[in-house]
Amino acid sequence: MVPVILGVYTIVFMIIHFIPGDPVDLILGETARPSDREFLRQELGLDKPVLDQYVSSMLRAARGDMGRSLHTNQPVLTTILKRVPATVELTIGAMIVAVLIALPLGIIAALKQYSYFDNGSMFFALLGISMPNFWLGPLLIILFSIKLGWFPVSGRGGIEYLILPAITLGTALAAILTRMIRSSLLEVKKEDYITFARAKGLREVLVIGKHALSNALIPVVTIMGLQFGALLSGSIITETIFSWPGIGRLTIQAIQTRDYPLVQGCVLVLALSYVLINFLTDLVYGFIDPRIRYE
Amino acid sequence: MGAVIILLLCLAALFASLFAPYSPTGQNLDEGLRGPTREHLFGQDKLGRDILSRIIYGSRVSLKVGILTVGISLFIGLIIGSIAGYCGGIIDDVIMRIIDIFMAFPGILLAIAMMAVLGPSLNNVILALCLLGWVGYARLVRGQILSVKEFDFVTAAKALGARPHRIILKHLLPNIFSPVIVQATFGMAGAIVAEAGLSFLGLGTQPPMPSWGAMLNEGMEFILVSPYLTIFPGLAIMIVVLGFNFLGDGIRDILDPKFYEKGH
Repeated sequence: MVPVILGVYTIVFMIIHFIPGDPVDLILGETARPSDREFLRQELGLDKPVLDQYVSSMLRAARGDMGRSLHTNQPVLTTILKRVPATVELTIGAMIVAVLIALPLGIIAALKQYSYFDNGSMFFALLGISMPNFWLGPLLIILFSIKLGWFPVSGRGGIEYLILPAITLGTALAAILTRMIRSSLLEVKKEDYITFARAKGLREVLVIGKHALSNALIPVVTIMGLQFGALLSGSIITETIFSWPGIGRLTIQAIQTRDYPLVQGCVLVLALSYVLINFLTDLVYGFIDPRIRYE
Repeated sequence: MGAVIILLLCLAALFASLFAPYSPTGQNLDEGLRGPTREHLFGQDKLGRDILSRIIYGSRVSLKVGILTVGISLFIGLIIGSIAGYCGGIIDDVIMRIIDIFMAFPGILLAIAMMAVLGPSLNNVILALCLLGWVGYARLVRGQILSVKEFDFVTAAKALGARPHRIILKHLLPNIFSPVIVQATFGMAGAIVAEAGLSFLGLGTQPPMPSWGAMLNEGMEFILVSPYLTIFPGLAIMIVVLGFNFLGDGIRDILDPKFYEKGH
């Protein structure tokens, strides 16, 4: 995991530091006073050789110091940490939406293969995968906020604020999970231990609920871990649509105001949390599937 | 089904000037934000431009991004993936570690970071998406080459003294064609959505160029009064993405490895 983190840091550093043109010009404009330019140059450490900047900023970042925002002069890390709860709330909301939709759809579709319900679920899945969230979000706003007035258009507050953003972000995941649960359950249904459970006279509810599902859901957990990255990058767009005060919106605001230390911090935090989640998924996987631990 | 949608998209892009009833940039401020009428089927935006015409011209942007991004990414991915898969050893290890690092960026985050630095423009979008895109193809090609290169016909070619580049080009690549073409088809959908997403965030194509994502971005401004500004460009994106997904599924069914083996 450590080499990947170092690599991620290096790429972000390279992107930010090989900007064509002088970053001081970009930030202050070309008409700024020389004394201001010199001050900013020192403040950003741009007067030192690139390799020095790379090593020293990496060491500082490792201690949690990612510099200060150019606009608010607040430490970058504090600014980002303030936004973490909103993004966590949104991603968890999206995951709940995804599971609530995908679990029943996937299970029933697999149990009644080739039925109308199955075809319907698969059509929903295809639609959910093909529908970009930057279209779904505005459509939900038009229907549920403007026409019906059920939910607020934007902002963060009680649960009523969370529902539309969570659906926007969670639909694609719901679509992927529905397909996954269906195909996984169809595989498992053919296994001998299912035939055996039926043969010993177990009720169908228990055969599916206890024997089939617990095995069918194992690969689904991995997919959820991998899809977390899609949720993170999707949250950038979703948060922008709904003015949701999370890291994604912060990233876009930082880009719009050319606040490069803040952009760098946001990209780093998002990428590192993705790496961490993947690592945790691997660990969890070992817990729920004992076969992996034995190997 | 997918092929029909994609064919229509290509026709719309090629003959945009024939199909579009109006100029995509022609303004008519008196008729700003007018809803759908008989003259303007999809309505008009804040500058009175015809939405239908802008959507038809927007297909050029989407198609250009899709073809160039997938083409360039595929080219780079093929070269790097072949080298990693064929050479193995340290070269393979180094390339795979680099790929791991690129995979550590969730979704289009890396492209967003690139656009923040490069500044918004269509060419920069393609550049950023290629930087992201080659990784998937390189991984796929490497994996496929690893499995194909154990076959006897490759050993035979080596025994006959064929040079590595000849083995890769004449013996290995033709045999991994099917999964690559399937992934490239899905990649077209991915690239089109990614461009639209970046443009939606204001980081992609710039006005007055008619891009579906940028049109959605403009539509958000007037979502309370003119929802049709949002509905139609998004519909265009979804239909095209569905088309490429259908096409990808279809090609996969035709080129299915089992079917393929039976044929030989």
